[in-house]
Amino acid sequence: MAIKLGDYKTGVHNDWCPGCGDFGIVNAIQMSLAEMQIPKHKTAIFSGIGCSGKTSHFINTYGVHTLHGRVLTFAQGAKIANPEMTIVAAGGDGDGLGIGAGHFVAAGRRNVDMTYIIFDNAVYGLTKGQASPTLKLGEQTKSLSNPNPNYNVNPIALAISSGFTFVARSYSYDVRQLKDLIISAINHKGLAFIDVLQPCPTYNDLYTRDWFGGLDQVNEETKKPTPRIYNLADTDYDPVVHYSTIDELNQKLGQALAKSLEWGNKIPTGVFYKNELITPYTKRITDKIPNYLENPAAQQKISKNGKPITDISKLLDSLIV
Amino acid sequence: MVFDYSWLIGGPQGSGVDTAANIFSRVGAKLGYHVFGKREYHSNIKGLHSYFVVRLSDNKVRSNVNGANMMIAFDAETMIRHGLSISKNGVIIYDSSIVNTTIDQIPTIEADHRVRLDEFFKSKNMEPKVSSIIELAKESGVKVYPISFWDTLSNIADELKRPELSRMTRMFNVLGVSFSLGVLKAPIAPLLESIEEIFSAKPAIVDLNKKAANFAYNYASAKFSDFNISLDETDKKPNTMLVQGHQGSALGKIVCGCRFQSYYPITPASDESEFLESNEILQVNEDRPGSTTIVQTEDEISAIGMAVGASLTGTRSATSTSGPGFSLMAETLGWAGINEVPVVISLFQRSGPSTGLPTRHGQDDLLFAINAGHGEFPRIVYASGDVEDSFYDTTKCFNFADVFQLPVIHILDKFIASSVVTCNRFEPDLVSIDRGKLLEKIDGDYKRFAHSPDGISPRSKLGLENGVFWNTGDESDEHGHISEDPVNRIQMMDKRQKKVEQILTLVPKNDQAVVYGKSDICIVSWGSPKGPILDAIEMHRKEGHEISFIDIKLLEPFPTEHIKSLLKDSSVIIDIEANMTAQLGSLIRKNLLKDPDYYVLKYTGRPMTCIEIFDSLKKILEKKAEKRQVLLYGD
Repeated sequence: MAIKLGDYKTGVHNDWCPGCGDFGIVNAIQMSLAEMQIPKHKTAIFSGIGCSGKTSHFINTYGVHTLHGRVLTFAQGAKIANPEMTIVAAGGDGDGLGIGAGHFVAAGRRNVDMTYIIFDNAVYGLTKGQASPTLKLGEQTKSLSNPNPNYNVNPIALAISSGFTFVARSYSYDVRQLKDLIISAINHKGLAFIDVLQPCPTYNDLYTRDWFGGLDQVNEETKKPTPRIYNLADTDYDPVVHYSTIDELNQKLGQALAKSLEWGNKIPTGVFYKNELITPYTKRITDKIPNYLENPAAQQKISKNGKPITDISKLLDSLIV
Repeated sequence: MVFDYSWLIGGPQGSGVDTAANIFSRVGAKLGYHVFGKREYHSNIKGLHSYFVVRLSDNKVRSNVNGANMMIAFDAETMIRHGLSISKNGVIIYDSSIVNTTIDQIPTIEADHRVRLDEFFKSKNMEPKVSSIIELAKESGVKVYPISFWDTLSNIADELKRPELSRMTRMFNVLGVSFSLGVLKAPIAPLLESIEEIFSAKPAIVDLNKKAANFAYNYASAKFSDFNISLDETDKKPNTMLVQGHQGSALGKIVCGCRFQSYYPITPASDESEFLESNEILQVNEDRPGSTTIVQTEDEISAIGMAVGASLTGTRSATSTSGPGFSLMAETLGWAGINEVPVVISLFQRSGPSTGLPTRHGQDDLLFAINAGHGEFPRIVYASGDVEDSFYDTTKCFNFADVFQLPVIHILDKFIASSVVTCNRFEPDLVSIDRGKLLEKIDGDYKRFAHSPDGISPRSKLGLENGVFWNTGDESDEHGHISEDPVNRIQMMDKRQKKVEQILTLVPKNDQAVVYGKSDICIVSWGSPKGPILDAIEMHRKEGHEISFIDIKLLEPFPTEHIKSLLKDSSVIIDIEANMTAQLGSLIRKNLLKDPDYYVLKYTGRPMTCIEIFDSLKKILEKKAEKRQVLLYGD
């Protein structure tokens, strides 16, 4: 029997502010799971702390609401122990690029086969609007007493240089594109990252829905706004690494980094970089433990009638003098 | 007459002190002796002083004595540091090139130590140099045997017609141990066998080392034939193992089904993870091969996060660390507490605070282990006293974690981790596996944190059909969804806290604390002082004084009633532990409302010797002791 979209919803009251970009992200995750027909018990949503941290409670799959900045650590542990699970990690930009930046970089290097979505709104919403790592230097959102004194992190560039093998950006009001990107990310063999631009209607008065929609840049002829957001898929940009030549790899990394710097009147979304030629962590484990995927940690039998069945006699023999 | 012989080898780090000591320990074990060895080293890769003391005895030994009977010194620093600790009728074998080395020429001696040495030599009216030490050692009845390591090497090169060997200083370790066994007239076969076993991974150099060993052994036994103590073969007990400290808990993890361990490199814990990784593919009875997945993480926060994540899939999971790493784990520890996640943290203590003495021993993390993390949640803190215990205790810790669904901190330390000991072959048959209320199948409605009389709810795992649950670090309802409701809050806090009563009821009394001997004078301790304490009370028994000893293993929740009943007839209570503030003592004062009569404490970063404990107990027996004695022995 097909799993319906509604099956992925919990009855938990959603307490996000009206107009919050988070709604679009949760909807897109649920739509992706429904479209892919992934059984509820085969999926786990891991989340960090902050408004976005509540995401896991709204989705009717295993849901693990972890600690501030640590979502990737929990999620990777679960995925490595049980590689049959579909794992989606979610967190804010402060969570993933501020307090959790070390884990972000390390996760990229590991390339565990899962998806990480950052809810990127450039402020710490739940603590009343402080500047987060993606707010640009000198910008002053409404609850800041002074302009932001720190340079911003570029999530796309950081992901690419850390080893993520699928790097994309989306916009929380383009739920259809986001849903498609999440499906691609889940299907991707390796660690996929989606940076989701997401207005915080309460605390970020700079990056608003109107701003993303380009209401401030009206075309003189058509009298219509020129949206900032555009989709790389509508251009001739090819994010995929097709061959494992150094030249091609460097060209793809270079174009993705250059694209990640585009910001202002036009903001690219879509897939910046995709490389399935780099082995995911699971493959790196099977290189040393050949039957890891058939018999991973979570599936192994360890006892029979309350007694161990692991035979350590050879190890003990080797210690006998 | 009981044979009880201590052998010390010292030199700069990287000179092969460990290998030499491993060979010697192996030879001793092969000859049928009980072996207890400990390694001391600086936080340094090459050049600073390190040494290893190995004690061999006909009787079971669990600790070191003060000093040694025989010493092999690769360098001047070893002579300066340990030369005067060699006992009467003992022997010092040293590299003859160091005789005229002065203290000033040894830059690796710390400034404070240099001042003490200057004062010492001044008081003796002697020059501050190695030759003075030699003179003093001779005066105290120690035989002193100079041998040129370099000349020996060139002689071997000549004999084997391989001139390049004359520069192979890497062989000094084999030469040193072979000289000493030659002096001791030990049978040569175990030496050659041990070399073969220890270098088995490098077949190319096995033969060469055996030839060198043979040469050095014959040279020393011929040249120093006046030495009258010999290391003879004794009755060897079957099924004796020679184990390195970190192997006990690693083997416990393998046998009890720990299948995931994440760690960040730290002394003295990483050896355990490395052992697990080098033995990651496992034989399983009547099943395909199993495996332990070991992940080296970016930091200890990630290490515990991954272990908790893995545990959510139903995998027995652990992380292994030392004090600085454990400090970083505190927040996630609380998450595991509120989410009732079974996870084992092997805490190999070293001396703090901060980086402290990173390669030295200490027991100063007890109260931290008990209190780490904000908020109130149950946990188990369980301590092991020696390598053999650490095997069985590790398997118990995983049962505790599963049965009570909480984090378990298994406390070990550097003394255990860097000891090498003989012990009975571990018996996997004595190990039980109890996964508690972990479910394999769920029909119908499921609530992860359903209320139950014992506070422990049936546990699902990621991937189990019908078992969907939510976790959150927030207070939650029975499903695991956030709830700030005050009534729910108190129900959930009380539910988790019920485990404390369950633990004190269900953990067998013998696993809570182990009692040795019977006397109204009673030692209380925890962890690795166990060995030296047992050796010291054995020495007192021989002198006609009975002292009993309670080794408290379950430290949180504290087994107050049990300890109270064990101590009810004690007229004198002596707390012995390796920290400054008597942390177990504070638990006894808090829980038993009783101040131990005496405290014997050590916080130099060096483990206690049985002699130190013997002496401190003697003072207590003679009623000449201060309430608080601080032990200082060791370099």
